[in-house]
Amino acid sequence: MPEAYWRWTESRWTNPDLRWMDGGIVTAGVDVGSVSSQAVILVDNEIFAYANTRTGSDSPNSAINVMNWALEDTDGLTLEKIQYSVGTGYGRVNVPFAQRAITEIACHALGANFMYGPTIRTVLDMGGQDCKAIHCDEKGKVTNFLMNDKCAAGTGRGMEVFADLLGVSINEVGELSLQVDEEPPPVSSTCVVFAKSEASGLLREGWPREKVLAAYSSAMAHRVVSLLERIGMEEDFGITGGIAKNKGVVQRLESRLGVQALEPRYDTQIAGALGAALFAKSLIEKGKK
Amino acid sequence: MIANYGYKDGSGEFFITIDTDQCDGCGACAEACPADCFEVGEDPIDPLRDEPVAFVSEAVRKKIKYACGACKPVTDRPPLPCVQACPRGVISHSW
Repeated sequence: MPEAYWRWTESRWTNPDLRWMDGGIVTAGVDVGSVSSQAVILVDNEIFAYANTRTGSDSPNSAINVMNWALEDTDGLTLEKIQYSVGTGYGRVNVPFAQRAITEIACHALGANFMYGPTIRTVLDMGGQDCKAIHCDEKGKVTNFLMNDKCAAGTGRGMEVFADLLGVSINEVGELSLQVDEEPPPVSSTCVVFAKSEASGLLREGWPREKVLAAYSSAMAHRVVSLLERIGMEEDFGITGGIAKNKGVVQRLESRLGVQALEPRYDTQIAGALGAALFAKSLIEKGKK
Repeated sequence: MIANYGYKDGSGEFFITIDTDQCDGCGACAEACPADCFEVGEDPIDPLRDEPVAFVSEAVRKKIKYACGACKPVTDRPPLPCVQACPRGVISHSW
């Protein structure tokens, strides 16, 4: 059985310092993406629990599966006790228990505002199958956005293809790509499919895996920067999504932009679900249904 | 809010930009477009906006280059119907 190099690590977490039964407003946000799904449970203004899983082929059930995982180990919290749930992401129509669906662009901005603080003005979300550049104000409200979901360059899928080709676990591709003495020229193909062929050629020429990864990460950073340049860079700058965990791409991005991204203190993949849970809270407070 | 609808692929960058702060949802663009690229309704990006707004239909967002093809001949391009129809100058194209 061949190893699944694309298999990144799923995770869940419960806040040890919170008791949901002592809190006032309990809300949830569920982000169903084409590659990953997250559920975040908020108690008043703090993250109480979250779960991050692969969506896999079971997209219609992904929402309930990730929600159930988030609810594990929560001292008796159940779905019925959550006052308001918001679904977001590509599969937001498949969140049957949500009262409302909200677009992931708005959710990412609000989630990033919570995760990185009110100074954040530019959010770059590099997700499983899309890439978003968002400008927001101090409240996390979107002022400008641009999304590219037609092209795999700059997405997790693109990186999965390379992890698989090179036989490197996706959790390690970032670190490995930095183990080069000299930065090689970036892969020239715009398309991930052709980039893969190009990489096979480089391997045949004797390039070590680190060098091929460096070339691909460099190309990815270049594509993403051109997307960002279309709406402009305004600091502070923060990255969300799975690729924020890839140091190789992040460092190359920062050096091309001449800007440091804010240091994440939370799992960067939960930004969408977190924003959805925050919207749920403000919808309750406004008395809307 | 500046909403950029479209995509970038190997052949270039194709975005229609709508300045939603200036849009009042009058629908002139939707009427003018021969390819049904625009819709007016609940803002697909801003969940807290109550007034209707113009946006690019989800059906054409990922093929906007082709949807706009009829209005963008290679030579002698006339002014774009959507841009001309908008009384507030809310719409712009990146190509």
